[in-house]
Amino acid sequence: MLEDINFLLIREIISSVLIIIGVMFMLISTIGLLRFPDFYIRMSAITKGATLGLGLILSGMGIYFNEPDMFLKVVLIIGFTFLTSPVAAHVIGRTAVRNKIPFWDRTNLDEFKDYLHKEHNVHRDHERDNKQV
Amino acid sequence: MKTFIIHFLIAFFGSYIYFEYGQPMFPYNAIWAVVVAVFIMFILWLTTPSYHRSYFHKLPKAISFIVYFLKELVVANLKVAYDILTPNYRMKPTVIALPLAASTDMEITLLSGIITLTPGSLSIDVSADRKVLYVHTLYIKHNDLELAKQTIKHGFERRLLQLTR
Repeated sequence: MLEDINFLLIREIISSVLIIIGVMFMLISTIGLLRFPDFYIRMSAITKGATLGLGLILSGMGIYFNEPDMFLKVVLIIGFTFLTSPVAAHVIGRTAVRNKIPFWDRTNLDEFKDYLHKEHNVHRDHERDNKQV
Repeated sequence: MKTFIIHFLIAFFGSYIYFEYGQPMFPYNAIWAVVVAVFIMFILWLTTPSYHRSYFHKLPKAISFIVYFLKELVVANLKVAYDILTPNYRMKPTVIALPLAASTDMEITLLSGIITLTPGSLSIDVSADRKVLYVHTLYIKHNDLELAKQTIKHGFERRLLQLTR
């Protein structure tokens, strides 16, 4: 009964499906990077698309090669990507706000006005950094 | 939380060592590797009540949190993908000020990282007194800001605080 099943074929199908879905997510988020209207929306599109796409592609690869070594490395890479990519997105977004990159004109900024006026008068990062150099 | 991470790492490397250097009873593939890791974690979990009582009911919550997070990640990506591929924008970008119940550094870091990874949102900054987190959100249901805040607070923050406290 168990010998009749072709495990290699099943593994290949599963890993191909995962890799194709991952590549599709990355492609779609790249199109979003090109056609979305402002910096912040582009940021949030590319972060999530790249993270999920990378996770799916790597897990498809791990299932295809089917070795403990490969699986260990794949899970470690996915874990570290999930930890680091939101931190990078957050820091880039915050730097953009401090440097007054404009928001899209349809953005609702009611609750953010206080922050924008207060913080920017106190310190502007880019001007202070330029002075030190 | 610390115990959970230590047990997770022990189960992970235990499963790896079992399949790499032991004489495994099962054919190696991804499903059996996950099953062995979960089994090791279950054994560790059964021995915890003797020294750490609250951990005993935290493991089911941790598993449900991870499942909820993966579901939200996929749903967020599908929403953004639909908006990219259709010609009209359905999104109404808004910056909301989310009042924080989380207080320590680690809780705020985890919460903002999770928010950045899920439904079309990007956490921008924490206010100086650590009471408010500014989140740039793409999708607001019915233009109701309070509802959006409540969704994040009851979805992620409540589950995260149950784990860390």
